[in-house]
Amino acid sequence: MSGEEFVPLSLTPMLIGIFAAIACALPGNFLLLRRQALIGDAISHVVLPGIVVAFLMTGMIAAWPMMLGAAGAAIVAVVMIEAIRRLGRIEPGAAMGVVFTTMFAGGVLLLEQTDTSTVHLDVEHALYGNLESLIWLDATGWASLLDPQALRYLPSELPRMALTLLGVCLFTTLFWRALKISTFDEGFARTMGIRTNLLGLGLVITAAVAAVAAFDAVGSIIVIAMFICPPAAARMMTNRLEAQIAWSVLYAVLSAVLGYVLAGFGPLWLGGGDAVSAAGMIATVSGVILAITARFGPCRGRSGAPATA
Amino acid sequence: MEIVKTQPQDDLSTGQAPEAKMAQSPLAIRGLTVSYGEKPAVFSVDMTVEPGQMTAIIGPNGAGKSTLLKAALGIVAPLSGRVSVFGRSLEEQRARIAYVPQRASVDWDFPTRVIDVVLMGLYRELGLLGRIRGMHRAKALDCLERVGMGDFAARQIGQLSGGQQQRVFLARALAQGADLYLLDEPFAGVDAATEKAIISVLKSLREAGKTVVVVHHDLATVTEYFDRVFLINTRRVAEGPVAESFTEETLQAAYGGRLATSQIDKLARV
Repeated sequence: MSGEEFVPLSLTPMLIGIFAAIACALPGNFLLLRRQALIGDAISHVVLPGIVVAFLMTGMIAAWPMMLGAAGAAIVAVVMIEAIRRLGRIEPGAAMGVVFTTMFAGGVLLLEQTDTSTVHLDVEHALYGNLESLIWLDATGWASLLDPQALRYLPSELPRMALTLLGVCLFTTLFWRALKISTFDEGFARTMGIRTNLLGLGLVITAAVAAVAAFDAVGSIIVIAMFICPPAAARMMTNRLEAQIAWSVLYAVLSAVLGYVLAGFGPLWLGGGDAVSAAGMIATVSGVILAITARFGPCRGRSGAPATA
Repeated sequence: MEIVKTQPQDDLSTGQAPEAKMAQSPLAIRGLTVSYGEKPAVFSVDMTVEPGQMTAIIGPNGAGKSTLLKAALGIVAPLSGRVSVFGRSLEEQRARIAYVPQRASVDWDFPTRVIDVVLMGLYRELGLLGRIRGMHRAKALDCLERVGMGDFAARQIGQLSGGQQQRVFLARALAQGADLYLLDEPFAGVDAATEKAIISVLKSLREAGKTVVVVHHDLATVTEYFDRVFLINTRRVAEGPVAESFTEETLQAAYGGRLATSQIDKLARV
């Protein structure tokens, strides 16, 4: 494909897909090891009341108020999950289940009670996002990347997702050591003076922000898949956390690129007609990668400790 | 912030006020109550650890032994009570404490190698972002050698036996370079070689003037391993040198009907 076609039509959706995938996969590694991987699923449900409230307060359907509402709801949910987990002393999965179903149901009720005839809440958009539509029509080729005039019309999702990824990377790098110690051994981490509650909260809030930004750009299917599949597949490849993170980033990028290309051209190659949903294909590819690593990965055996000798 | 100076060493032997004694103790606990629900796990406990000695915390299952340790370390929040470490607050003295949690409290499938676990003991030295250098690796390896695990540095932790995992935890505590070592059930479910290795390391720590406190479950080895005992059954039952405080009466009081008199007779040879 020439630059003339590729840059305006495929470059930006691919980049957005890649950034979203990495931004979710990075915190996903820690969430998976902390048995909190379902938080991505929880967040994609709780954003509904946030979006409804944002609409009621501003009365308009625009990206920023909706995202702020979604992020606010995600943070409220995360704090509630942590509070229920710690105060109720129940396992994280149960706390998440309670919070996200309740908030989602509240969102549905809220939507019903208000005059929603003017709001078109598109379920399809929420699920699959709209990756293919995030095109950059002002680009004419690779040279446009240096053209300030064309760059002004980049889809706003791209800088937003890039900024989110930067924030996620910053959090992961800055708190790398503390995250590693407290994920492995929380009690020990506390005796070292690490504020494990605060750090755990920071991690889920970072995940929530990544999820909401990705949700807006690419839909919830990718978000849920990227929190779990690349980190889980990476775990099968290595027994070191550092390498696991690297593998998860690689798998996230691979899923995004391969999924996007397959969605666009796969049906054509198979003799079919229209392209299929890129978000759906990206999530599917990540699942296939997980299946392959689960079967063939070098570190998939979880024999645990041998009997005490 | 005011910093309270510790008392001069020379009042140690003389009769002293409880406050002065608390100021010198590596770990002094007053009126500590911890509750996970309605019923307290630890109720109004006082404890004064003697410096340079090995103390066993013993008591029946569910008596609050681990909870006492965790509350002293700030891992669980107490309902009430004061903890002082070398005469100051816990926060000020964290660098002087090393902790070995129960082996079963962590997920040994965690993707990390033996040496990485020991390096976690250097967190306070390295800080959030400090680079791990050759000297840090050498120190971690040295700690592994001391527990007889030098050859296992590159192994994934899940591949170790229970006893080996316990020794890795001890090596991590050694890397912390502390003055006070708190260990939660280090001898639970380990092999004889590990038990010997651990006790020899603990004795070498005592010889170096360090203070060691161990949550212990095996009454048969108390007299052999420890200088002092602290008996607990939610409340403090007894505290003192093994010869004085590890007796039929105190064991009976701590364990109630759970130990047959014949067992106690065998254990407590005063």
